[in-house]
Amino acid sequence: MIEIKDLKKSFGDLQVLKGMNIAIPKGQATGIVGPNGAGKTTLIKTILGLVKPDSGTLHVNGTRLNGDWLYRRDIGYMPQVARYPENMRVYELLNFIKGLRDQEAVYEQELIEQFNLQSELEKPLRTLSGGNRQKIGATLAMMFNPDILFFDEPTAGLDPRSSHKFKLRVKKEREEGKTIFITSHIMSELEQLVDHVIFILDGNIRYYGTMSDLLEHSQEDRLEAAIARLMDEPMYGTGSELKQSEETTSPLKMELA
Amino acid sequence: MKLLTHIIKTEWKSLLRGKWVIGYTLIFLLLTDSLLRFGGGGPETLLSLSNVMLLFIPLVGMIYGILYIYQSREFVELLLTQPIDRKVLYWGLFLGISTPLMAAFIIGSLLPLAWHGILVLDSSSSALVLGLGGMLTLIFVSLGFVFGLMFYDDRIKGFGFTIVIWLFLAILYDGIVLLLVFVFGDYPLEQFVIAASALNPIDLARILVMLEFDISALMGYTGAVFNRFFGQSTGLITASGMLVLWLITPTWLGLRIFKKKDF
Amino acid sequence: MRNLIIHTVLLAIIFLVPLSVMYAQVVVSPEGPLTSISEAVKIAEPGDTIEVHSGIYLESDILIDKKLTLTGIDNPVIDGNGEGFILIIRADSVTVSGFRLQKTGRSYIRDYAAILIERSAGVVIEDNLIDDVFFGIYLAETEGGLIRNNTVRSYDRREASSGNGIHLWNVKNPIITANTVSGMRDGIYLEFVENARISNNISSENNRYGLHYMFSDGGRYDNNTFRKNGAGVAVMYSDNVDMTNNLFENNWGGSAYGLLLKDIRNSRIEYNRFYRNTVAIYSEGTTNVEIWRNHIELNGWAVNIKSNSSRNRFTENNFIENSFDVRTDSPRNNNFFDGNYWSAYEGYDLNRDGTGDVPYRPVSLFSIIIERQPESIILMRSMFIRLLDQAERILPVLTPKTLFDENPKMQRIQ
Repeated sequence: MIEIKDLKKSFGDLQVLKGMNIAIPKGQATGIVGPNGAGKTTLIKTILGLVKPDSGTLHVNGTRLNGDWLYRRDIGYMPQVARYPENMRVYELLNFIKGLRDQEAVYEQELIEQFNLQSELEKPLRTLSGGNRQKIGATLAMMFNPDILFFDEPTAGLDPRSSHKFKLRVKKEREEGKTIFITSHIMSELEQLVDHVIFILDGNIRYYGTMSDLLEHSQEDRLEAAIARLMDEPMYGTGSELKQSEETTSPLKMELA
Repeated sequence: MKLLTHIIKTEWKSLLRGKWVIGYTLIFLLLTDSLLRFGGGGPETLLSLSNVMLLFIPLVGMIYGILYIYQSREFVELLLTQPIDRKVLYWGLFLGISTPLMAAFIIGSLLPLAWHGILVLDSSSSALVLGLGGMLTLIFVSLGFVFGLMFYDDRIKGFGFTIVIWLFLAILYDGIVLLLVFVFGDYPLEQFVIAASALNPIDLARILVMLEFDISALMGYTGAVFNRFFGQSTGLITASGMLVLWLITPTWLGLRIFKKKDF
Repeated sequence: MRNLIIHTVLLAIIFLVPLSVMYAQVVVSPEGPLTSISEAVKIAEPGDTIEVHSGIYLESDILIDKKLTLTGIDNPVIDGNGEGFILIIRADSVTVSGFRLQKTGRSYIRDYAAILIERSAGVVIEDNLIDDVFFGIYLAETEGGLIRNNTVRSYDRREASSGNGIHLWNVKNPIITANTVSGMRDGIYLEFVENARISNNISSENNRYGLHYMFSDGGRYDNNTFRKNGAGVAVMYSDNVDMTNNLFENNWGGSAYGLLLKDIRNSRIEYNRFYRNTVAIYSEGTTNVEIWRNHIELNGWAVNIKSNSSRNRFTENNFIENSFDVRTDSPRNNNFFDGNYWSAYEGYDLNRDGTGDVPYRPVSLFSIIIERQPESIILMRSMFIRLLDQAERILPVLTPKTLFDENPKMQRIQ
């Protein structure tokens, strides 16, 4: 359960989050979409504790985020860019992270096998391919079996086979009742993996609701088209608390990559 | 505490594999050894070594600190999403990367001093030079950390700032002090020059070297303030104390930035 | 019967007279019968030996005016009780050994000494401990004499109210050897002394000079150690002095020197070691002195030479990490520096003959800077100062252009 109330964040003069309100129940799989610079990353980083909000409140599983760090025991995060210390070996990295978390890595072996990482364990991380590094990132995110999972562009560097395996894994996590967040530029991927969508534009949540509602309302049968349409519309309201801001009508220059 | 040592140990392992630190050790090993072989006895070697130390350790330390912040950006961010305190992570990373560099200087210089017998012959001078080098390493790595965190998104600015700070502290600062001494030559300046030196960690280290090797000349100076400062242990205690303060301030500042920073 | 008596007397004379002439011995002891050294000296005949046994004798101004040997057995103490002299020797060939002499008088008018030797020749003062006195051993108008293996020490830290440890005035050919002097005004003081031989002494922590030559020509001092004296060693107004193989160390202070030379001519300073003095060698009005093969290390200034010094030759010395090598007060140079080793020399030796290919200029710009602005001494060894010095060495503007070592050695001279 994640609850966000009136969340604001600026970097210097640039207002990145302009007062977000959102409540995400446990067990929901949510896709976060929006153009570059809209505030997707900042929102996720705020929930992860990497960015401190200027105002507003965040609750994760009932704990209010207040510089405390224990709530992150329930969170697994797979970053978009996976760069690790070059000379560290894969198993050392796994051990390092295990040493940081006072939790049992219940799925470690399972994930290693699933992602075919056994032969990579002894290699220094600098020699690994981008895809393998991504898989390590996914392993690190999921091996402690946390309740909440964040995947930032998870399949960007993966070959189709790995990508497929990854998706299977995410579906399994979903079936186990995990709360899942995925940002992706590949709308078809989101269609496969999530049932809810948060669409962020210019620091505001422009849409938050189920994927099916969105498709129905926009009379499109693909998410990509629905989102494209959303961007053109001046205002679109639905189910969840949606805060309107004056700037929402301003012309958009950002591309949907 | 367990967590801290876990982070430090992992950093050490990874750095040792990097060979970078080993290369740095070898540089000081060769430098000290050849100074001893071709340069003569203990005081000459130790003074040459301290000249190198005063000039280059600040630069290397800062570049190393800032480079670590820039190169490990994504990794540090991943670590920050783990359920650990930022404070522990900061100390772990700082100590994990600064202590190997410190050890590299100390071991690299110490071994030739030991096998040439200088360590026994001039033990207090050797200990002073090695200790100061270690201290300067810690201070300047922590400054590098601070600059890296301050200019987190602008590497060019970060490196530029580092080089300028180094040029300023290592060379220009003393030029300015000298200029001021000549401009205000008619006024009593002893307190001023002592205070001015205390504000620059390189000068502080230099004064400690000077107290060890040039005390005979300093005793020839007739000013009352200097004589009190250098004649008794006042100078030694004040300069060491200020140097410790110079270590505490940037590490504390780095910690503050690290704790508050948006990554 | 009469014959018998005469015979007995004759026999007694034959046997006893030579005995008394050769072996006469007067014993002084606290147990008596003779308990006073002055008494013993009075009754003793010239040539006698006075044996003084262990104990404390409160006596002063003991006048020895005949040839006597005073021997202390088990360290007897003669305590002057703070009055006058203790021993006054006014006879030739007197020997004093094995005593502890303490507490002379102190005066601003008279130089009270533990042992005063006046107008005598061939006196031997040996193995005594002289403690808490005004002057220690005082020789005036004497000839020869051997002062050996004595310890003189006192505790007054003021220069004006302390006397000299071994004081020689108007003496010819004395030998001062293996003594230890500390806490006096001057450790060893010579005035109008000819051909003194001073060796193997240790003179330390005296209030003024460890050794002080005034108007004393000829002679030689060697193998001595002068340590932590208020002002080091001073050799003044003297000619033909040999200074060899001494150690001058840790003489610190605004006017402290390892060796201060003032108006010295035709002398030699060889194989000495100068270590951690404020100024190792200070020279004023010195002419034609050979400074050769000395080791000058970690001093504030290795050489401070005033422009009224001339024709002095500094050759084959080791100058190691002195804060400043040479200081002078004139842009002209009347002295000669050649073939020394300077640890600050940064030149090169392309032809590998052991001698640097560019001259070394031992007067640094920084030494001139601190002369004008003494506070800038705090910048010593700073990178900025080193750059300034380097520039000045390449193109001298403020430093004496003619003061340089044409043949600086690349290696230390062994």
